[in-house]
Amino acid sequence: MSDLELNCPLPLQYEQIVMAHGGGGRLMQQLLDSIIQPVFNNPILNQKHDSAVVNINGSKIALTTDSYVVKPLFFPGGDIGKLAVCGTLNDLAMSGAKPLYLTCSLIIEEGFPIAELKRIVESMQQTAAQAGVLIVTGDTKVVDNGKGDGVFINTAGIGIITDNVDVKPGNIQVGDSIILNSDLARHGIAVMLEREGLKFEHHIESDCANLSGIVQELIQAGVEIHCMRDLTRGGLASGLIELATTSRHHIEVTESALPIHQDVNSACEILGFDPLYIANEGAFVLFVPESQTAQCLAILRRHPLGEQAIQIGQVKSTHAQGMVTLQTAMGISRVLDLLSGEQLPRIC
Amino acid sequence: MKYLDEYRDPATAKKLVAAIASITTQPWNIMEVCGGQTHSIIKYGIDQLLPEAINLIHGPGCPVCVTPLEYIDKALAITQLPEVIFCSFGDMLRVPGSHHDLLGLKAQGADIRIVYSPMESLTIAQQHPDKQVVFFGVGFETTAPATALLAYQAKQLALKNFSLLVCHVRVPPVMEALLNSPNNQVQGFLGAGHVCSIMGYHEYLPLAAQFKMPIVITGFEPVDILQGIYLCIKQLEEGRFEVENEYRRVVKEQGNLPAQQLMQTVFDIVDRPWRGLGNIAASGLALTAEYNDWNAEQRFSVANINTQEPAECRSGQVLQGLIKPAQCPEFGSRCTPEHPLGATMVSSEGACAAYFRYRRYQNV
Repeated sequence: MSDLELNCPLPLQYEQIVMAHGGGGRLMQQLLDSIIQPVFNNPILNQKHDSAVVNINGSKIALTTDSYVVKPLFFPGGDIGKLAVCGTLNDLAMSGAKPLYLTCSLIIEEGFPIAELKRIVESMQQTAAQAGVLIVTGDTKVVDNGKGDGVFINTAGIGIITDNVDVKPGNIQVGDSIILNSDLARHGIAVMLEREGLKFEHHIESDCANLSGIVQELIQAGVEIHCMRDLTRGGLASGLIELATTSRHHIEVTESALPIHQDVNSACEILGFDPLYIANEGAFVLFVPESQTAQCLAILRRHPLGEQAIQIGQVKSTHAQGMVTLQTAMGISRVLDLLSGEQLPRIC
Repeated sequence: MKYLDEYRDPATAKKLVAAIASITTQPWNIMEVCGGQTHSIIKYGIDQLLPEAINLIHGPGCPVCVTPLEYIDKALAITQLPEVIFCSFGDMLRVPGSHHDLLGLKAQGADIRIVYSPMESLTIAQQHPDKQVVFFGVGFETTAPATALLAYQAKQLALKNFSLLVCHVRVPPVMEALLNSPNNQVQGFLGAGHVCSIMGYHEYLPLAAQFKMPIVITGFEPVDILQGIYLCIKQLEEGRFEVENEYRRVVKEQGNLPAQQLMQTVFDIVDRPWRGLGNIAASGLALTAEYNDWNAEQRFSVANINTQEPAECRSGQVLQGLIKPAQCPEFGSRCTPEHPLGATMVSSEGACAAYFRYRRYQNV
């Protein structure tokens, strides 16, 4: 070994889409920034918000769309139908909009049981009714056996934003408190344990929930919300990194404040996952002026989806613009960075 | 969480940091052998808490990082054969071979499955009698027993459509090779706790004696690592060179005897090249001749794939502690986790990937 061989291959550039391009990490960001965004390039798209906000005849309308490809279709705490409604409602809610109407587009694989399809659309209707929105149009396509994964659902939604509400990444200000409504990483772990048939003794259910109600309560109480983001694919870390990058601010998060259910933590430990990068479907962060922190927390905590609400960090005025740092319990600060793609289970 | 929270307790960690500072009188270079320890050190910033005199060298204990290119190429070749289902641990999928990685082949339609337990691949083989199911057995003595059990059961069941591509490696020979290198900087080791939970630590006694080298078998949580460093520094400062066991709640001196017996039944000790470090005598585990029928290298005629690795990245110097990841000119520019030049950038346990993820911005 005295004669060192320095051995490594040339880097790979993917010519095809790999799964990591959809993982909510750096590869997905590269795909959006290099292939999608330059082609569709326009000022509304470039706001990089969960919903597009457009002005039609003096009304501020929020518009969004999302596709749902979850496997398994039914999981503890929800199913693809509930997810497809909540996900799009939440994207509207995050722009401060009150959701009004949804669309539903189904891509169904040949051979899929009609009874299961019925369960899924009934779940969609139930979730929409509870949220007070209507599913008003849709589309159905069937693809060959083996060319789909049971059912894929696309939903789009519109909502209306009242005049005095202006919620977007560009409004984040130095000194803002960062508030989280609930514990982290339950959806991703619940779905993965179910999909992989991992038999832990656990009681982990997806946090899949419609956030538009709790958001409307904050808005009606007059809380001055600068920005919101639901923490879906890529989890808390990826959501905050996107906001820090877009707003060019330094976001500092306090590790010891982050609520994570013990069973979720255990599963993450066993699989080698970082819960900060695991998907949520009912967790969101809010940026509010420091002076409104207490009021905002009080309102959140009165709502079932905000009982665990807590301040997790603050926007800092430092040179570290566009970054998220974590104050660890050990008393050091480290950078939270986008992962390449989805987390892969570690060997040991 | 029991057995976790108490080993991540900031107050205990602070006391240990103070204790380490109080006994350190001169510079020392300590190598943590295992990649899991490296990940913890960088994630929790343990190296930043230590006195400047203590330099941590990140060792070769990341199985993804040291698996030779040749075996990645063999895996890629097998995966591209018709009717093959290739089963692997998740973090091997991104490791670049000569021309592809497993993720890229999966995108082109290869049937590659991530397994959480090696035994899942046996179930897959039983469910798909018309397919050839191959398990990629990589890693140190920690994962080797599971591969051994898999081979043993496949033989017992006389499974015809199942085989194993085995590239397991052993820790003690690489520690010896590092110590024999004229470039060696290491003055004390934090031994790999989980490897020792299988193998025990009697293997390390001759190493400690021959090289006058303190070896402290150490766990993976911040308090474990600080305790391991404390014990190691104490030995160095007092001029002792013993094998000590910090990780008593998991490691026993004799290790896990049934696991060791199974490994002896199924594996031969062989020479093996390590990525970045070259060939190391007696550092590998391969299936014995009795298991030829379940040896994927025999079944698929890939034994003659003998990749010459181009000299590009400097992971060998990183793995020997000669440079820190950020000192490599390609770090963070041409070499990133998306497009790794070398395997130390691929796995979250690789030193370069850990630095990239947690230390890319120096001035924060």
